[in-house]
Amino acid sequence: MNEYQYDHQTVKGFILSSIFWGVVGIVIGLWISIQMWNADWNIAPYFTFGRLRVVHTNGLAFGLGVGAIFGIFYYIVMRLTKRPLLFPKLARVHLWVFNAAIALAALSLFAGMNQSLEYAELEWPLDIGIVILWVMFAVNIFGTVIKRKEEQMYISLWYIIATVVAVAVLYIVNNLSIPAGLTKSYSVFAGVNSANVEWWYGHNAVGFVFTTPILAMFYYFLPKSTGLPIYSHRLSIIAFWSLIFGYLWTGAHHLVYTPLPDWIQTTAIVFTIFLIAPSWGSVVNGYYTVGSDWSKMQSQYLTKFFIWGITFYGLQTVQGPTQALRVVSSLIHYTDWVPGHVHMGTMGWVTMTTAASMYYIIPKIYNTEIYSVKAANTHFWLVLVGQLMFSVTMWITGIQQGALWKATNADGSLKYTFYETLIKNYPFWRLRTLAGVIFTVGMLFFIYNILMTIRKGSILAASKA
Amino acid sequence: MAGELYNKPILFAVVATVVILIGTLVTMFYPMMRQEMHPKLDNLKPYTALQLAGKDIYQREGCNNCHTQTVRPLKTEVIRYGDYSKAGEFAYDRPFLWGSKRTGPDLARIGGKYPDAWHYAHHENPQSMFPKSNMPKYAFLKKAMVDPPAIEAHMKANDFPYTAADISALAGKTEMDALVAYLQSVGTAVKKKASRVVAEAGARQHEKNPLAGDAKAIALGKTLFAENCEACHGANGQGGIGPSLADDVFFGVKGDVADDDYFEVINNGIEPGMVEEGRVAKDTMPEFKALGKDKIWSLVAYIRSVQGK
Ligand code: HEC
Ligand code: HEC
Ligand code: HEM
Ligand code: HEM
Repeated sequence: MNEYQYDHQTVKGFILSSIFWGVVGIVIGLWISIQMWNADWNIAPYFTFGRLRVVHTNGLAFGLGVGAIFGIFYYIVMRLTKRPLLFPKLARVHLWVFNAAIALAALSLFAGMNQSLEYAELEWPLDIGIVILWVMFAVNIFGTVIKRKEEQMYISLWYIIATVVAVAVLYIVNNLSIPAGLTKSYSVFAGVNSANVEWWYGHNAVGFVFTTPILAMFYYFLPKSTGLPIYSHRLSIIAFWSLIFGYLWTGAHHLVYTPLPDWIQTTAIVFTIFLIAPSWGSVVNGYYTVGSDWSKMQSQYLTKFFIWGITFYGLQTVQGPTQALRVVSSLIHYTDWVPGHVHMGTMGWVTMTTAASMYYIIPKIYNTEIYSVKAANTHFWLVLVGQLMFSVTMWITGIQQGALWKATNADGSLKYTFYETLIKNYPFWRLRTLAGVIFTVGMLFFIYNILMTIRKGSILAASKA
Repeated sequence: MAGELYNKPILFAVVATVVILIGTLVTMFYPMMRQEMHPKLDNLKPYTALQLAGKDIYQREGCNNCHTQTVRPLKTEVIRYGDYSKAGEFAYDRPFLWGSKRTGPDLARIGGKYPDAWHYAHHENPQSMFPKSNMPKYAFLKKAMVDPPAIEAHMKANDFPYTAADISALAGKTEMDALVAYLQSVGTAVKKKASRVVAEAGARQHEKNPLAGDAKAIALGKTLFAENCEACHGANGQGGIGPSLADDVFFGVKGDVADDDYFEVINNGIEPGMVEEGRVAKDTMPEFKALGKDKIWSLVAYIRSVQGK
């Protein structure tokens, strides 16, 4: 019907694929959450906790997260450049290669092909596939931006460009390895050095998959859905450059009190504290944008998602730097506190913001309205409650674990055996499963709403044709 | 002028890349050029073929999702796990396997902590020892065979020394054999602190158990025994992976020893070659120092009650 039609189908394909992998990842999340309090849920060899946990993290980071990033970035880039994608067919191939890669990735992880690098578990043949995938994406993004019909590049495009280059550098370096067969390789980095490289990667994978792309969405869809302009352009500039500068210094805060040289740990901790500033730059920018008319929180159902999303981002970025301090790290590192932190970010900030972006895009593609605002509100409240319950229970367990591990008797001996400290987590781990179920029900409302909107839109289009 | 940047995508991408690379260079590439990032302890040995096969299985099963392999230099952590980790212990790990979550205990000092038989039984069915443990059962490893040609390729990729005999010796080994061989090597490049007071026969004054015969202590000892010792010494100390404690054989030699000799082995653990009252140990038992004096004396009182003394 119009010149965007074909590309919009690609965008929709990515959104649906992302949702599909999200469901797979979340179901596995529930599964591993049960395995943590009942070992009978392990089915050896393919479905033990050790293998499933990486399917959960990869499925959600790369399937849900990166899938959403691909689709939503294509959409945003078309809007901000005022033109269709430069290589529409390439984008369609990209969609299919993406799904094939994620499917193979999941299968290979079930089979135990694992480099043991967190968030870079996939073995070398898949790594090559992923680099190709990223190049296909980068070519289209850069090509379309270069041939744009709008002079200025809006804030979201800065974050998109930063994401595209940073992920490429991070992914390639951390995955350098010596193959020893088709399904096995050994890192070119060893020991302490490999730890430093891995967490330089790992922290920035969080930074450039779960932060900068989500900020790109936030800066685009918040003004779009509220009709309010971003509060301060200058603040956006400062926040952007200082964020992408600061992030890369901080990886070693994941290695506090390990044998990594102290100066690297300390440098990381210092920059980690500095990161509060650029992070809150975006939070403040978001609040002040809606601050000119807070009634949007009620009248516009999407505003809630974005404002609560950025609030959780704000909380993450205060909690994160606190965790990096040596005293705090000595208590909470290696405990369940960290999954508590992680899921406030992933469930609260990432999933909320991407879901809201999808709510915006799908009706726009079909030139219609969302199927049900009420269902969207139910979705919102359920994921909010599920996420809060998840994080709060994990913070409590984490502090308890840390304290029990340290507890000593008067004569200096340990008060609790490891096993005793383990069993005390079970009530909290059960509650976490319940929290996960609530979150999942919320996501089902979301999926239903999206599918019904597509149905409604297709019928509408058919009746017009 | 600076405004230009936001109209020029290529320039923008270049500037962004440079900004990203600054921190990368200082905290990642520069350290890599320094010797301190490539340390190696003198007595750290490359993995043998069987150990490497075991390490591969450790990675395949994602054990690092529940177990860390670094002891932090914190007091209670050193008491719980052993000497804190040194940078030079990991030179042959590609990549490091430190992990980020302790759903299970740290394994940095697992090598030599338990006898092999304990690991076989524990991996087959962790719940038989710790009924509520959430560690998966790995019984299937006992049936799966290692693949010698693949392991040879892995040894080559790591540039580890091996002989043809090493590879042919792998035939008939199970994945469980390999995993246990690996675990027994972890963390052994750092010598255990020689805190042992090795008691020569009759060489010193014996200390009596202050809690001997105390009914409350015996009851506590029984509970502690069920939690900490039963997995190896059987429900009433009749024996299993470890020897019977009910008889009057100690370190394989008949004839009783003093209360404080019992205290000594429970407190410090046992390693092959250790000498107690002139008798030489052949096997491994973990130390239980972390329990503290009173609990250990209670255990001794309980063992004595089982022996009918
Ligand atoms: C779901 C998490 C989980 C996974 C996965 C897991 N473990 Fe465990 N592991 C535990 C827990 C909890 C304990 C403590 C209770 C027990 O001994 O069963 C433990 C205990 C151990 C111990 C005894 C440590 C000590 O000092 O007493 C060893 C050795 C061990 N695991 C090895 C492994 C290996 C090897 C793997 C992979 C094949 C593995 N574990 C996978 C949770 C896990
Ligand atoms: C991992 C298995 C294991 C556990 C757990 C264990 N032991 Fe042992 N223990 C052994 C082995 C093996 C030996 C034999 C060492 C040798 O003779 O070489 C042994 C020997 C002993 C001895 C020396 C007596 C003899 O007959 O040789 C005593 C006493 C003892 N254990 C007490 C305990 C107590 C008390 C606990 C619990 C706090 C305990 N053990 C837990 C494995 C274990
Ligand atoms: C129903 C919802 C979910 C449940 C029940 C769930 C459950 C879990 C569990 C049990 C773990 C392992 C924690 C541990 O080892 O102690 C975990 C880890 C993780 N999950 Fe989830 N999860 C859910 C949703 C998500 C979502 C939506 C994302 C991402 C978008 C996500 C990303 C992660 C990550 C990155 C980790 C690794 C954390 C770490 O290494 O510390 N999860 N999750
Ligand atoms: C300025 C912002 C942030 C800082 C400084 C920060 C800091 C940290 C620190 C120090 C840890 C390690 C905790 C430990 O193991 O002791 C951590 C873990 C983690 N954080 Fe954050 N965080 C920030 C924001 C975020 C955001 C927005 C997300 C989005 C989802 C996130 C996701 C994660 C994940 C997934 C881990 C677990 C890594 C692992 O062990 O596997 N963080 N963070």
